[in-house]
Amino acid sequence: MKTKKLFVFMLPVFAAAGLILFNACKSPDDKGSKADTTQTSATAPSTADAGLKVPAGFSAVILADNLGEPRHLVVTPQNDIYVHTQGTKDGKGIWVLHDDGDKATVKTGFGNYGGTGIAIKNGYLYASSNSDIYRYKLNDKGEVADPNNPETIVTGLVNKRMHNSKSIALDNDGNIYVNIGAYSNICSEYDKDKKGCPVLNDAAGIWQFKADKPNQKQTDGVRYATGLRNVVGLDWNQQDNQLFVMQHGRDALHDLFPAMYTTKQSADLPSECMYALKNGDNAGWPYVYYDWMQKKLMAGPEYGGDGKKEADAKYLRPAMGYPGHFAPDGLLFYTGNQFPEKYKNGAFIAFHGSWNRAPEPQEGYCVVFQPFKDGKPDGQYEIFADGFAGPDKSPDGAIHRPCGLAQGPDGSLYVTDDKKGTLYKITYKK
Amino acid sequence: MKLRFALMVLIACFAFNANAQTKYKKSSGAGSMTRGLVVYKSVCLACHMATGTGVPHLNPPLINTSYVNGPKPALIKIVLNGFDEDVEINGQKYSNTMTPHSDLTDQQIADVLTYVRKSFGNKGSSVSAAEVKKVRETK
Repeated sequence: MKTKKLFVFMLPVFAAAGLILFNACKSPDDKGSKADTTQTSATAPSTADAGLKVPAGFSAVILADNLGEPRHLVVTPQNDIYVHTQGTKDGKGIWVLHDDGDKATVKTGFGNYGGTGIAIKNGYLYASSNSDIYRYKLNDKGEVADPNNPETIVTGLVNKRMHNSKSIALDNDGNIYVNIGAYSNICSEYDKDKKGCPVLNDAAGIWQFKADKPNQKQTDGVRYATGLRNVVGLDWNQQDNQLFVMQHGRDALHDLFPAMYTTKQSADLPSECMYALKNGDNAGWPYVYYDWMQKKLMAGPEYGGDGKKEADAKYLRPAMGYPGHFAPDGLLFYTGNQFPEKYKNGAFIAFHGSWNRAPEPQEGYCVVFQPFKDGKPDGQYEIFADGFAGPDKSPDGAIHRPCGLAQGPDGSLYVTDDKKGTLYKITYKK
Repeated sequence: MKLRFALMVLIACFAFNANAQTKYKKSSGAGSMTRGLVVYKSVCLACHMATGTGVPHLNPPLINTSYVNGPKPALIKIVLNGFDEDVEINGQKYSNTMTPHSDLTDQQIADVLTYVRKSFGNKGSSVSAAEVKKVRETK
């Protein structure tokens, strides 16, 4: 209690200094006048029509705008795009667009629920609300034949407001995986005596269900992996035949433990983590967190950690760590042939962008590429598409915030923005 | 060694602030705003942002909302008890849980709420320590 009080008085010193930084945070790469959008030089990154900065040889166009708050999306072989929006508009939360190359037009909408998850597998479109998973039969043109009568696959998933989006991915053996996020930052309000976090019983993990069995309840599923605070971006890695997920790390290390963590450390830590999951894995939330700078799994300060003590080795180590609070909302393994060879089987990650690095500048708001080799991350990630936010990288000031990723039949990369409702397409020309 | 130094700084700060505490109540309205900003930066800014805009879908804004500009006891209660209910402001829902801040003094809560009710375009009235005390007692 005393430390808490002390910190209240201490903090303004850091905060005041940091606020100056915070306000001074301007992205250097927001210039994107249409005049200088000529096709790329061979070396310098280009600013494409969409105002995004992408590597040489790539270009980005805006396919559609003002789509509400599009989250995840999927593209059919016929170039139809299914976009799931966070809320509903005119009572609809799934929108079908047709991609005509450099423009996409809305064909129709359906689904009376908002949500994040959407995927196609074995002739079905799967989509999730914040508590249910539905599927729709697709015809041979990749169209939903009966949009008003989906099959309910899973119903009544835990939905307690916080971290309630239900992202989905499917494997090749008839299973669907869904994130059930922790309804808490670090479980402190549910585990006051530190006897074990009860949130782990019905949330903070990935659950596995049968992809074709109607009306499953949460208890019918398998808790496939636990100790994951909140996952939004996830994808099945076909090369490795394994589920990969991106975890949003905890907040407020400094606010809660000012004696152990500076505001700078609290901005950088903990890592946002990529995990390669197998049945039964435990990634350790809320007991541990990952320090991407030291490359160490650390004991959480709520559970005996002091900022220096390493975690029990029994917890799953991440496949890769990224800087704190970037908010990975989209993950896509690139299997197309359009992009240069190095991208094949690597991962694109959409970082929605931070809100809780203050007084440090906010960061993220970009799509990165994580090289892979033999089904594992190999080397440092690189910024692939940047400039979504514009001059002000903050949740309120950002013009766009990248969220969902999808690959088109020709290998193009699609990116949603759930701030202004923009849909981007990034292509490569040799 | 480092720890020791940090501890000394902490103690020094506490001593300084304890001293400041005694003068706290005598200050004018403008002083309340200044002190309120200090509390805001240390306790509120991380979630509600320097500009009071909050974070879409996560942390509610403190602008143009009856939660801030409405009756003071309800607002004081949120600071004291935290907030873990469905909240919809101007058509948007916000999902994060706010932790209680009952460890702040009556005067600190009065100051920070005065600051919030008079900043970011808000034009509300001040909150006094006596008002906070009353709500705390009837909690």
